[in-house]
Amino acid sequence: MALDQSFVGRTYPPTPPYEVGREKIREFAEAVGETNPAYTDPEAAKAFGHPDVIAPPTFVFSITFRAAGQVIEDPQLGLDYSRVVHGDQKFAYVRPVRAGDRLTVTSTIEGIKSLAGNDILDIRGEVHDEAGEHVVTAWTKLVARAAEEA
Amino acid sequence: MTAKIAYDDVEVGTELPAQTFPVTRATLVRYAGASGDFNPIHWNERFAKEVGLPDVIAHGMFTMAEAIRVVTDWTGDPGAVVEYGVRFTKPVVVPDGDEGAVIEVGAKVAAKLDDGTVRVDLTATSGGQKVLGMSRAVVRLA
Repeated sequence: MALDQSFVGRTYPPTPPYEVGREKIREFAEAVGETNPAYTDPEAAKAFGHPDVIAPPTFVFSITFRAAGQVIEDPQLGLDYSRVVHGDQKFAYVRPVRAGDRLTVTSTIEGIKSLAGNDILDIRGEVHDEAGEHVVTAWTKLVARAAEEA
Repeated sequence: MTAKIAYDDVEVGTELPAQTFPVTRATLVRYAGASGDFNPIHWNERFAKEVGLPDVIAHGMFTMAEAIRVVTDWTGDPGAVVEYGVRFTKPVVVPDGDEGAVIEVGAKVAAKLDDGTVRVDLTATSGGQKVLGMSRAVVRLA
C-alpha cells in the first residue's frame, strides 16, 4: 500500500542527547578494522587540530538511524519495516563528531515515492551539538519492497 | 584539519592506493555489537535464507565504513571528509568459514573543486559484483 504523501515535510521532535564516548568510538573503530590514531589517541587527534578523539565518518549513522525510528515506527505512516532495505546513505559534515559531544537529531521526511510497488522513503537527520551548532546532516533512503502477491 | 595530501599535488584521475578488506561472520557479529544493528540477516544464516537472501550478508553500513578508509588513509586526517555518500547496489554475501568474503575498494580523484576540496569517486566490489554505486566523497586537502 502506497504511503501517504501528506507526510512529506513532516519533522519529528529532536531526540534526547546522545553522549559520544571515547570508548564507544574505539569499539566502533576496532569493529571496522580502523587503525587511524585520530579515533583512539587524543594527542594524535589534537595534532590534526581536533579537541578530542574523533569518530569514523559513518559512526553517526548509529545515532541518526535510531532517531529515524520515530519515522519508521510511526503507526500513522504505516511503513512495513520487515520489507525495508537500505537504499542510499549520505552525510555532509560541518565538523567531525568527537568524544564529549552531546548530539540531538531532528528527523524530517524529505520524500515519499512509490515505484513499481516499492515504497521509497527519504529521511533527513539534522545533528546538532549541545551548543545548538550544526555538526552533520545524514540522508537515508529506505526502500520497502512490494509485498508478493498472495 | 590538516590533511597530509596537498590540493596542488593532485590531478583529476589521481588514483588513491586501493585496499581489500576481509569480512567474516565474526567481523559482522562484532560490527553488530559496535553499531547496534542486530538485524539477524547479518549473522543468522537460517533467517537470511528464510527472507530470500542467498546467505548472511554484511551490513551495508559496514561496507560504507570500509570503503571510506581508502580515502581517510590517504588524507591522514579523517576530519578532512566533508561529504560522503553511497548507493547500496548488491549485498556483500558472507559465507561461513574462516575465509568469509573480501571487499575490494578503489578510488580516484574525479574533480577538483574551487574551495580547496576534491571529489573522490570510489568503487567497491565483492565476489565480482559491484556492491556500492554512486559512491563519492568530498575531502578538504591541505
